[in-house]
Amino acid sequence: MNKPFAITLDVGSSLANKTGSWRTERPVYVDRLPPCNHACPAGENIQQWLFHAEEGNYEAAWRQIMKDNPMPAVMGRVCYHTCEGACNRAKLDKPVGIHAIERFLGDLAIAEKWNVNVEAKASGKSVLVVGAGPSGLAAAYHLALLGHAVTIREAGPFAGGMMRFGIPKYRLPREVLDAEIQRIVDLGVKIELNTRVDDLDAVLATHRFDAVFLAVGAHLAKRAYIPAGDASKILDAVSLLRGMETGEQPLLGRRVLVYGGGNTAMDAARSAKRLGATETIVVYRRTREKMPAHDFEVQEAMEEGIMFKWLSTIKSESGGTFTVEKMKLDDKGKPQPTGEYEEMQADSLVLALGQDVDLSFLGKLKGLSINDGVVQVDSNMMTGCKGVFAGGDMVPAERTVTVAVGHGKKAARCIDAYLKNSVYAPPPKHELAVFDALNSWYYSDAPATVQPMLDLARRESTFEEVVGGLDQSNALFEARRCLSCGNCFECDNCFGVCPDNAVIKLGQGKRYAFNYDYCKGCSLCANECPCGAIKMVPETI
Amino acid sequence: MTGASRVKFYQTGTFTVGNRLLDVSVRSVQSDADRNNSLNSGHRACQGCGEALGARYALDAAMRAVNGRLVVANATGCLEVFSTPYPESSWRVAWLHSLFANAAAVGTGMAAAMKVKGRKDVRVIAQGGDGGTVDIGFACLSGMFERDDDVLYICYDNEAYMNTGIQRSSATPAAARTMTTPAAGQEPGNVFGQGKNVPLIAMAHGIPYVATASVADLRDLEYKVGRAMAIHGARYLHVHVPCPLGWGCDTGDTLKVARLAAESGLFPIFEAEAGEVTGRRTIRRRVPVEDYLKMQSRFAHLFSPKRDERRIAMIQAIADRNIRRFGLLDKSEQGAHP
Repeated sequence: MNKPFAITLDVGSSLANKTGSWRTERPVYVDRLPPCNHACPAGENIQQWLFHAEEGNYEAAWRQIMKDNPMPAVMGRVCYHTCEGACNRAKLDKPVGIHAIERFLGDLAIAEKWNVNVEAKASGKSVLVVGAGPSGLAAAYHLALLGHAVTIREAGPFAGGMMRFGIPKYRLPREVLDAEIQRIVDLGVKIELNTRVDDLDAVLATHRFDAVFLAVGAHLAKRAYIPAGDASKILDAVSLLRGMETGEQPLLGRRVLVYGGGNTAMDAARSAKRLGATETIVVYRRTREKMPAHDFEVQEAMEEGIMFKWLSTIKSESGGTFTVEKMKLDDKGKPQPTGEYEEMQADSLVLALGQDVDLSFLGKLKGLSINDGVVQVDSNMMTGCKGVFAGGDMVPAERTVTVAVGHGKKAARCIDAYLKNSVYAPPPKHELAVFDALNSWYYSDAPATVQPMLDLARRESTFEEVVGGLDQSNALFEARRCLSCGNCFECDNCFGVCPDNAVIKLGQGKRYAFNYDYCKGCSLCANECPCGAIKMVPETI
Repeated sequence: MTGASRVKFYQTGTFTVGNRLLDVSVRSVQSDADRNNSLNSGHRACQGCGEALGARYALDAAMRAVNGRLVVANATGCLEVFSTPYPESSWRVAWLHSLFANAAAVGTGMAAAMKVKGRKDVRVIAQGGDGGTVDIGFACLSGMFERDDDVLYICYDNEAYMNTGIQRSSATPAAARTMTTPAAGQEPGNVFGQGKNVPLIAMAHGIPYVATASVADLRDLEYKVGRAMAIHGARYLHVHVPCPLGWGCDTGDTLKVARLAAESGLFPIFEAEAGEVTGRRTIRRRVPVEDYLKMQSRFAHLFSPKRDERRIAMIQAIADRNIRRFGLLDKSEQGAHP
C-alpha cells in the first residue's frame, strides 16, 4: 500500500473490502409450494410442467405430468381443476387455464405417440388390482414403472370404470380414453376384463399376490322410494350412463325428469337431451346455490336448454303424472316440506341421488373395517388387512377422477414401500407460496384464453365433445400466464437489482447463488423477486 | 413495433430484468452474466443504495453501447466517496474525480482531448449526484450544454446531500425533512418553492437529447442510455435513485419507492430531443402520492401526529400537474423503449 494519495487506484481493489460483514440478515433461495400443486388431488407438479410448456418444450412438460398422472388428456377434460381455484393469478385477472393446457399436452402426446418406458429392474413381486377405473389404472401404471408385475381384474367389458360408464362422451371422447389406457397396458400391465372378483379371500387363496389394491368404485345407484304406477318409467342415472356405453340405449321419451343436484344429475340430464328428449327438467330439493354440481356444468346445461325445478321433491307417480312437493329452506339451509303439491307430466324419471359401493366381494377379509358404506384405510392407504390397500370412490374421500388418480399414485408408492418391508414417507412439503409472497408488479396483464365451445345446436343433439381444445399458439400464451409462484423461473431480477453485484448467475437451468462475501443484506432481491423464491433469514453470530 | 414489444405481452414476468423466453439479442444488459459490472462489489454504499444501482445500470449500458470505449468524469458526492475510499476503487471503467463543481467541465476537457488525439471512438460521460449537478456544478453544466460539447451528463438524483448527513439540495422535494429543513415549526420540512427542474432547464438549452429515467425501470433506463450514446453533442440524463437512509425507507424498498414515485406522477419519466418532448413512460398502475409519501420517514410529519391534508393535497397537485403536462396517462402512446 505504498501508493501516494490522489493517483490511480487499481481495478478490482475494492474487492478487498468484504462488505458481507455488514449483514444482519441473509437472503436464501427457497422453493415454495405453488397453490396449484397444493390443491391438486393427483399431486401434479403443475408449476414445473408449465415452466417447460412456457418454453414450448411440450414433451418435457408432458413427461413431467406423467410422473404423477398417467392420463393428462383425460384429466385435462374431466378434472374439476381445483388448481385453478387456488391459482394466484386469479387475484390479478383470471386463473391460468391449467386444465386446458394439460389437455393440449395430453392430446399432443397421443398425436405424437409419446410413450413412457419401464426403467426400473423387475422386482419379482406381483400385485393384484381390483377394478380398472382411474384409481386402479393409476396404481397399476405407477407400480409397473416401479418394476412390479401388475394384474388388473375388471368386472366390466371395458377398462376405464366411471370414466367410461359415468362420464358422457361429449365430455370425454372414448378414443382419448382408449389411447391413454393403452399406454398403461403397453407397460406390461395385464387387464383381465369381464372378470369379477366375487370373493377376494378365495382369489388370494389360489393365486400368489404380494399385495392387493382395491379400487372397485361406487357403481350402485342410491334409490329413493317413490310409489309408482309404472315402475318401468323410473330408472337410475348410473344405468342410463352405463347403458349408453354398452349399447343398451334406454328409451326415455320426450319429457324427462332428472332427480338430484349433483354432477351425475347434470350428466344424466344433458345425455337425455342428446337422446332426443325435447324437455329435460332437473328436479332438486334445494336451490342452485346449494347444488353440489359444479357451476360450469350447471351453466353448460342451462345453455343447452335443460330446465330446473328448485326446492322440489318427487313423491309419487301415476300414469305419467308425477306428484311434486314444494320445499322451503329452514334457518340451517335444510329443505323442509311445505305440504303444497303440484303435478308434473313426464315420460320418465331418472334418479341421480348418489352412489354406493358394492362391498359384497370382500366377504370376511380379516381386519377389514367398513364405515358409512366405505372401506377404512390408514394414512398409507392400507386397509385393516395387511397387504390389502384401497382407494378411489370406495374409501372415504371426495369422489372425483382426480382424487382417484391421486389415490392410485399414493397407493402405488405405499405398496412399493410395503413390498420392500418399509413404510412410505412422503417428502416434507414446502411452505405455501401465498399471493402476498409475490411481487406482482413484474407480471404483465394477460387475459385468460377461453376455449372454443361447440355450437349450441350441435351440442344438444350429438355426443360430440362440447369443449374444444387449445392450439399451439394459445396453449403457449396460456402457459406463459403462469406466475411460477414460489419457484425461481430465472427472470434475473435478483441478479439485476443487487446494488453490490452479490448475486452470481450460474447459467440456464442452474439458477443463481449469493456471494455472501459482499451481500450487505439489504433484502432488495427478496422484495423484488416476482415469485417469492427468496427469503431473508437472520444471521446467527 | 419491434419483435421484442410484440412478444412482450405474452411473457411471464415481462417487467423483470431478464427473460429466458426472449431472444438473447433483445435481453437487457443487466441480465447478461458477462455484463461489465462498471461499479464492482466492495463499494461502501449503504445497504440498498439506489445510486450505486443506477450508476451500474447506466454505465454498463453505456459500455455495451460504445464497446467499452468510455471515459467517465465524476463529481464529488456519495458516488465518488463510497466508490473510491483510498486506496481502493470499485470502478471497472476509466474514471476520474476532480472537484465537486466541475464534472461537466472535466467532461468537456476529456472530449476536447479525445478530439485532439483523434480518438473518435472514445466517448465521454460526466456524472454526479443532484448536489453536484443542480446546485454546485450547475454553472459548468449549463456551459457544457450551451457549447454543445460531446458529453453525456448523468445526474443520479437522490434529492439531497446524503453522504455529508442529508442536507437539502435544490432537488429536495417540498415538505421533505432533511437536516437543514427539520420537521419543525408551522411548515415542517422543505419549502414549497417553484422547483428547479433541471431536465426542463436542459431542454431549454435546445441540446440534442434530454431524458429522465428511474432505477425502477431498467429497460427504459438502458434504452435511454443507448439512445444517448448514439447521438453526439451535449446530452443529459436525469435518473431517480432513492436513498433508503436519507429518505427513511426500508433498505429493501428502494425500487418500490422509486416505482411509486413514477406511478404517482411525482417523478415524470420522459425524453426530449432538441427541446421537444418526444416520448413518455406512461403510468401503469396509478397510485395517490400518499402511497409514495407514507413509505418514507422524511414525510412522516405529514401524517402524524395529525394528517396535514392541505399539504398532502398540494403534493398531489404537483403529481397531477406532471401527469397533465407530460401526458403520463396517455395509453395511446406506448413508452419509447422496446
